[in-house]
Amino acid sequence: MKAAPFEYIRAGSIGEACELLARHGEGAKLIAGGQSLVPMMAMRLTRPGLLVDINEIAALKFVSIERDFARTGAGTRQCVLERDAALASRVPLLRQALAWVGHIQTRNRGTVGGSVAHADPAAELPLVAQLLGARMLLRSASGARTVDARSFFTGPMATSAGPFECLEEIRWPVWRERRTGSAFTEISVRHGDFAMVAAAAQIALDEDGRCTRASFGLGAVDRTPVAFAQIAQRLVGTRLEQELLREAAREAAESIEPGGDLHASADYRRHLARVLAERALGAAHEQAGKIK
Amino acid sequence: MSEKLHPISVEVNGVACSGMVSARLSLVDWLREELRLTGTHVGCEHGICGACSVMFDGEPLRSCLVFAVQANGHRITTVEGLARPDGSLSVLQDSFCQTHALQCGYCTPGMLIAAQGLLEANADPTEAQIREAIGGNLCRCTGYQQIVDAVRLAATRLSEGAK
Amino acid sequence: MTMAEHPAPGGFRYIGTKRRTKEDPRFVAGRGRYAADIALPGMKHVALVASPYPSARIVSIRAEAAFALPGVRYVLTGEEFCAATDSLTIGVDAPKVTRYALAKDVVRYAGEWVAAVVADTRALAEDAAELVEVDYEPLPYIIEAERALESGSPLVHPAHGSNLLYRRRFVWGPVEKAFAESDRRIEFRAKWGRSSTVPIETFAVAAQWHPAEQLLDVWASIQMPKFPDQAARALRLPGNAVRVHYDVDVGGSYGVKRGIKHTVLVGYLARRLGVPVRLIEDRLENMRGGDMHGPDRYFDVQAAFDTDGTIHAMKIRALDDVGAYAGRSPLQLGKPIGAICGPYRIAAIEYEPISVMTHKTPQEAVRGFGQSPTNFAIERAVDRIARALGMDRIEVRRRNFIDKSQFPYTIPSGSTYDSGDYHAVLDKALAAIDYPALVRERDDARAAGKLAGIGISTCLEPSGGNTAFEPLFNPKNETTTWMDSCLVRIDLSGSITGIMGTSSSGQGHETMVATVVGEVLERDPAGIRVIHADSLNALPSNSPVGSRMAIMLGGAAAGAAKKIKQALIAIAAHNFECAVEDLEYREGNVSLKGAPSKTLTWDQLVEIAHRKFHRMPAGLEPGLQAKFVWEVPTGGGLPTPDGRIQMYPCYAFEAHIVLVEIDPDTGKAVIRKYVCGHDCGVMINPDIVHGMTCGGIAHGIGAALYEKFAYTEDGQLASGTFMDYLIPSAMEVPAIAIVDHCTPSPLTTFGQKGSGEAGYLGAPAAIGNAVNDALEPLGVSIEETPMKPFALWERIRAARGDNGKR
Repeated sequence: MKAAPFEYIRAGSIGEACELLARHGEGAKLIAGGQSLVPMMAMRLTRPGLLVDINEIAALKFVSIERDFARTGAGTRQCVLERDAALASRVPLLRQALAWVGHIQTRNRGTVGGSVAHADPAAELPLVAQLLGARMLLRSASGARTVDARSFFTGPMATSAGPFECLEEIRWPVWRERRTGSAFTEISVRHGDFAMVAAAAQIALDEDGRCTRASFGLGAVDRTPVAFAQIAQRLVGTRLEQELLREAAREAAESIEPGGDLHASADYRRHLARVLAERALGAAHEQAGKIK
Repeated sequence: MSEKLHPISVEVNGVACSGMVSARLSLVDWLREELRLTGTHVGCEHGICGACSVMFDGEPLRSCLVFAVQANGHRITTVEGLARPDGSLSVLQDSFCQTHALQCGYCTPGMLIAAQGLLEANADPTEAQIREAIGGNLCRCTGYQQIVDAVRLAATRLSEGAK
Repeated sequence: MTMAEHPAPGGFRYIGTKRRTKEDPRFVAGRGRYAADIALPGMKHVALVASPYPSARIVSIRAEAAFALPGVRYVLTGEEFCAATDSLTIGVDAPKVTRYALAKDVVRYAGEWVAAVVADTRALAEDAAELVEVDYEPLPYIIEAERALESGSPLVHPAHGSNLLYRRRFVWGPVEKAFAESDRRIEFRAKWGRSSTVPIETFAVAAQWHPAEQLLDVWASIQMPKFPDQAARALRLPGNAVRVHYDVDVGGSYGVKRGIKHTVLVGYLARRLGVPVRLIEDRLENMRGGDMHGPDRYFDVQAAFDTDGTIHAMKIRALDDVGAYAGRSPLQLGKPIGAICGPYRIAAIEYEPISVMTHKTPQEAVRGFGQSPTNFAIERAVDRIARALGMDRIEVRRRNFIDKSQFPYTIPSGSTYDSGDYHAVLDKALAAIDYPALVRERDDARAAGKLAGIGISTCLEPSGGNTAFEPLFNPKNETTTWMDSCLVRIDLSGSITGIMGTSSSGQGHETMVATVVGEVLERDPAGIRVIHADSLNALPSNSPVGSRMAIMLGGAAAGAAKKIKQALIAIAAHNFECAVEDLEYREGNVSLKGAPSKTLTWDQLVEIAHRKFHRMPAGLEPGLQAKFVWEVPTGGGLPTPDGRIQMYPCYAFEAHIVLVEIDPDTGKAVIRKYVCGHDCGVMINPDIVHGMTCGGIAHGIGAALYEKFAYTEDGQLASGTFMDYLIPSAMEVPAIAIVDHCTPSPLTTFGQKGSGEAGYLGAPAAIGNAVNDALEPLGVSIEETPMKPFALWERIRAARGDNGKR
């Protein structure tokens, strides 16, 4: 399983990477961690004419916590995110999600931007981006623009990033509510496998235990990761009683169009979606409730 | 249509190594075929079995998913680099022998790298932590029990001052 | 959980003690020598062109574009290859079912190799393989085993006339009478999903032809009886024109590394092109075209029993799909005949094995050679009998076990079980897991809303493989010899070397032989070297199959060492001018009894043997070396007309107890506790035995819960990568505790029985029983492997009439 031949350039800066993309067009592909791209190249399912290696661009590797959002450079290794204590306290969902991403070898090489840009609907980081409403900073030779997660993920392995654009940074919203809880759960056949269904939730409570903010989403159930903003909104102001969470999960499960494959039928996915959404909401609620 | 060759300079097991490689030559193939460090093994070439695990700048990763050209300027440790300076087996390698944590030996180099990575980050891992750390290394011979025993033994020996 | 401690049994010096193995140090240092590590100067590399269709006529093959690529040396097709080599052998009487490494005229499964490209590098060979243009005319295909038997179905090998490779109905004992007279009966169908051992190393082979010597050197990742002979035969070479290097380390096999087609292909290319040639299967080639799938079976089981739980008879119909070609794979229906009633006193058995072909990847020998699927069927039957009677599953087993006082015990199909104490092993396992506490743990989990179940399996591991199923399934084949051998020599310096004549794939043979030779000669095994001969200078071996090496190679090593010991004593007797009975041998030194000052030391005896002919007794060979070649004990006969025959000689036994929890909302199963009671007689090296047993259990967990070669309706392999063929990791395999018991075999040198297949033979049965125990409160069952979350959820949903509610 040797990749088809390709040309290779190691980009020294974001600008250089963008310039190469602009010059070479559709035949060029960025390579970061390669954990998704290289297996596809080995199986000759994809054969880029030119690989633009962005692994050595220091400017893409950073974690910076600001007041309302955390900024992660797209080239930051997943293991660096996982270990960052400040990030874990401000955007707890990231560390929770990363525990489900492959194995240690995957996270030592894979990047946060690579996973988001690859946009596998079953992947953990895209789900977190979707449900938190993360913002992607895209750079090209002609400038930069920011895209909301909702507009960024357009389909399976597809994003609204153009062929000449490089994902530079992801901004993860920080919830400043004191009593914030989150949870990420997933079901796969083996530990570390692609999720059959993934679910994540984040909840904020007021001092009386009433929900002041809610977000939840599902992965591997549709063409992109799905966030249920309207259903979540209806939880605000409630005490998040079990029946309400169950109902929210049921509604979410009915609104999706999952596919079937070797490991799970569409029906089964829909069922898992309901079960995991309820579990994620419940766990997030419980975590928030523990903050006195 | 001959492929362009890229010069690379990589520190492998403490030794500066250089080569001229085609872009598509994987790191594991370069280590095995060019440097003749055949201790790292190929099992799947799509990033699942872990047999190809090496240390890359001190962290375990799958060398079938890295192109050799990408390793330029970096530091690699393979199983051949785990021994002590005098050539004798490390505490971890010796612990694998003590508990018979291998049979055919094919997954073993990758397993040692993953275990080494764990012990460098966590000197007193629980059984659950050990299993998770080697969760990306498939073995068909041992059923993992004696491997877990070996890593626990190594952790104990290292904490008791073994070097 | 830790391993149970055990003392060295029977007062052995080295056998049974904890000893580090000889093999481990080189592997932990990364200094194994696998086939892919061998670089021969000028070596070229092979990549394969594979058929995308399950069944098609090859209209044309155009290789010009491939040839035009720089670095490409050759493109070989079936037309040339099949004319220049002979078909590979098949284990049943089906001469029209021919098989070659490359397809000719037709392809019979998706993934079958159609052309081989040889190039300077593997990457270039793959580039060129993509440029080979093959025109196919798709033909009708059949992928379901039962439909393959119906008339009118497409034929995989039209010249054979049907898709049936073998069928026979064996009746041993008064089966119908037992069914008529028993109080109760049950009937069910079980399906063993197509899975295999899938070693982490794929098959690799390198070959080099030496024209001056007319000799083909072969280095291969091989575990196969008669490998050099079959390779030579297919290449139309005399046997002594092929030299297989058995010192190649094999990265796991557990049966399947029978790469005979790969070897004939590479051997042919090496000779044809005059350069060394190497093929390392990539994982895609391996999964789809390597011909290493495993049993794929329907079992239709009936059992007749009384209300007190006594089982009087069983009927087992086993329909197995070998795929599009066969080597010895149909014989995997025959080996289980040697333990067809399991560890139970069932007096009457009817067994109908049916081997059928479909347009799928061929099956190869898998660990246990069919015993594990058969044990699954038998143990599911026992559990169902218990359920039908409302009786405890342990009690039903106890009542039906062959008692320890009844050995040697001959079962209806003709095999005699040598020794055992099944009650004791089961009791030990129950004690080790604290069975009452386990039941409470299960019940607590149930009370907390989980599905939870305990599974028990008690199964046999026939060991000491002979090939008795060959003449049984093919009367034209009167093969009854299945020997093995060892040569031991002591050199001028007094150091000991043992030579074995087959390859190893992790079983620790070098350690085993050194321990055995050390035991007999009373010399430290640490100083004994064991090497692998090649096929030209090896004594005959039938390779490590059927859990035979501890018995056969161990026995041969002991036999050779004994001859040397006798020679040393004879030299001393001659030099002391006394009778052999007057002498005492201790740790290599020989002394006159009662006169310890009259001693000839090891070094002195060695010197006499090698240098002082004038001090040698008449008739004794100079030097110190001995060979020992012997046949499998109790084997060597032909079957009776009603198909009774002695299969393997020694019967190891395992009792598995496992606790499984299933999340009722997701169907995901987790193994919480695992204990295996194991009796393989005297263990030569306990760590080696325990390791293989744990590995076998992990294999069994994979087969029971995760692994399947799944096919789509259009005959495509859907699980052809490790993304979809799911091998259990350390997160899926639980901690395993093994408790040992020892009922020595009366047939072997030290009482050892074989053990390479342990764990795998009973794990799927135990897990299947646990899952079914967990589902029992819902009133549903599952009789199909693998029991993946989706499959379990479907059962749970059906039971609840589910629309999402609990």
